[in-house]
Amino acid sequence: MKPKLVEMRDVSIAFGGIKAVDRVSVDLDEGEVVALLGHNGAGKSTLIKILSGAYRADSGEIRVRGETVDIASPRDAKRYGIETIYQTLALADNVDAAANVFLGRERTTRWGTLDDATMEAETRKVMARLNPHFRRFTEPVRALSGGQRQSVAIARAIYFDARVLIMDEPTAALGPAETRQVGDLVGELKRQGIGIFLISHDIHDVFDLADRVAVMKNGRLVGTARVGDVTKDEVLGMIILGKCPPGAEPGPGAEA
Amino acid sequence: MNDKLRQLEFDPRLAGMLGALAAIWIGFDFLSGGAFLTPRNLWNLSVQTASIAIMACGMVLVIVTRNIDLSVGAMLGFVGMIIGVLQARLLPELIGLEHPATWIIAVIAAIATGAAIGLFQGALIAYLGIPSFIVTLGGLLVWRGAAWWVTQGQTVAPLDGRFQRIGGGATGAVGETATWAIAVIACAAIAAAMHYARNRRRSFGFPVRPTWAHIAVMLAACAAVIGAAWVANAYAVPPGIARRLVEEAGGTWPAGGVFIAHGFAIPVLIAIAAGIATTWLATRTRFGRYVFAIGGNTEAAELAGVDTKRTLMLVFGTMGALCGIAACVSAARLNAATNAAGTLDELYVIAAAVIGGTSLAGGIGTIAGAMLGALVMQSLQSGMILLGVDAPLQNVVVGGVLVLAVWVDVVFRRGIK
Repeated sequence: MKPKLVEMRDVSIAFGGIKAVDRVSVDLDEGEVVALLGHNGAGKSTLIKILSGAYRADSGEIRVRGETVDIASPRDAKRYGIETIYQTLALADNVDAAANVFLGRERTTRWGTLDDATMEAETRKVMARLNPHFRRFTEPVRALSGGQRQSVAIARAIYFDARVLIMDEPTAALGPAETRQVGDLVGELKRQGIGIFLISHDIHDVFDLADRVAVMKNGRLVGTARVGDVTKDEVLGMIILGKCPPGAEPGPGAEA
Repeated sequence: MNDKLRQLEFDPRLAGMLGALAAIWIGFDFLSGGAFLTPRNLWNLSVQTASIAIMACGMVLVIVTRNIDLSVGAMLGFVGMIIGVLQARLLPELIGLEHPATWIIAVIAAIATGAAIGLFQGALIAYLGIPSFIVTLGGLLVWRGAAWWVTQGQTVAPLDGRFQRIGGGATGAVGETATWAIAVIACAAIAAAMHYARNRRRSFGFPVRPTWAHIAVMLAACAAVIGAAWVANAYAVPPGIARRLVEEAGGTWPAGGVFIAHGFAIPVLIAIAAGIATTWLATRTRFGRYVFAIGGNTEAAELAGVDTKRTLMLVFGTMGALCGIAACVSAARLNAATNAAGTLDELYVIAAAVIGGTSLAGGIGTIAGAMLGALVMQSLQSGMILLGVDAPLQNVVVGGVLVLAVWVDVVFRRGIK
């Protein structure tokens, strides 16, 4: 059997005695979209921050294509092709789009100085694909609209040949048209074989995009299910009550 | 209208600063009956600005990362004492008095000592997480006390003859021919750099300034350089010193005297070199990009894999190295090292950066702006001295201008949003 693209097994992390993530196991295949659902504070963002290198797990194991990996920093995660689009977008507001796309991975000239022209050209190329109307390449991203800022954050994640993409509340701050754009993009990336974790507290945002759902409550995994095997109401029951329906595979956090 | 200005890459903030400077200069010239806009006064103004301007370059980087350095004046005092003792007491015993290498050793020691202090303070701030305000407030007291300790409060003088040239004065200028040569080279460099940048943008098909604006900016920059050279060359060396120079060269002093021009002052050239180097660091290197990214969003920089702690420590190290250079300039100008050198400089340096458009909220600031800010403040002080304004009132005016400048900046920023 082919190894999973990403496998997180029995991952736990505690902050000051509170178990934010408690023995959670999730996995992801190539070209698969897994929606990670749960209330605010259920531990979703903390779990993905472990995968993206922002936090370090207290215990548990992370495997990428079957190999156990040690992710100690965001740089490590990126080396394994794991890219993240944070809910806050994590953009430096005072510099332009190209500087943000290449932040930490700048292109340099043969003298070791920044090659701004090449970076801007590459940014223009990737933005042309994501947001053809984007024109404001030389302004600080602070001056951009919410959708444009989102495009910059997405461009940063997909430019560097991501194999795993984590999107934290990707549509929370967007209007209907932009939400649709993000949906189209998820479909396209999926066809390219990229595995995607979609984090959301709103089931309606992600149910149509996802292949599977994984539900967390109070830091624990309630269960996972194929989207075709459960109804929206059943998934809502998992989120709110922690009850695992018959179509789902229960986790350690499922109520009896 | 906005699009048009954007296309011209017009910087309203820089234009405003230049306008304010012009208004101050013309105003003082009018009030002093033509005593302000003289080659002599402008030359002295440039020399007096040098030390603060050098430190302001580093302060921009510090403030851009949302930090502050209150210890720069005390560092300047301490480093000044170290190199004073080094060249007036230690080196004469080791390699002989007025040895040609003395000034080089002193300058290297100053930069190294300043950088070491800066890196140490930066490490406390970055790795131990102590707020920079506290670390450098402590540093202000520590290094000022240490400066006294070096000689138990004694002033060290005189300094090495070659070293003194770093501070300006009649012998601390490069002379007429070299001044014109520097001006011509600078103009050629400006034209070449602008041309290269424009062609590069064009080769990628990016929008560029219209040709007329490109040439206008280039001509304005070159005119400023040529004008500065002309002013510096119009300021004559006083007859007494000129006579000594002529006689030392083996000539005879003619009855009517000769006109020997000062030319660019060495401390001013050092300040401009420091400004260019720091600007290059801030805009053309990864380090500079990270400095601004940290100032804009520290968490984002960390998530992007930037080593924010190391960058922060290096920022303070750069600040310290620039304090070392400023210490050389100010000690050489006084021809003495005193433990009180640089007292209150931290406030002038911070004020220069802030008047020059550096935002205390972080993420925004330019080196050129800070250096212009230093020039604005020094112009106010020099002008008031020319008018015979009392020293306490001078402080009142400078303080008022600082607050006014920041208020204008706040209004302006709101305007563009």
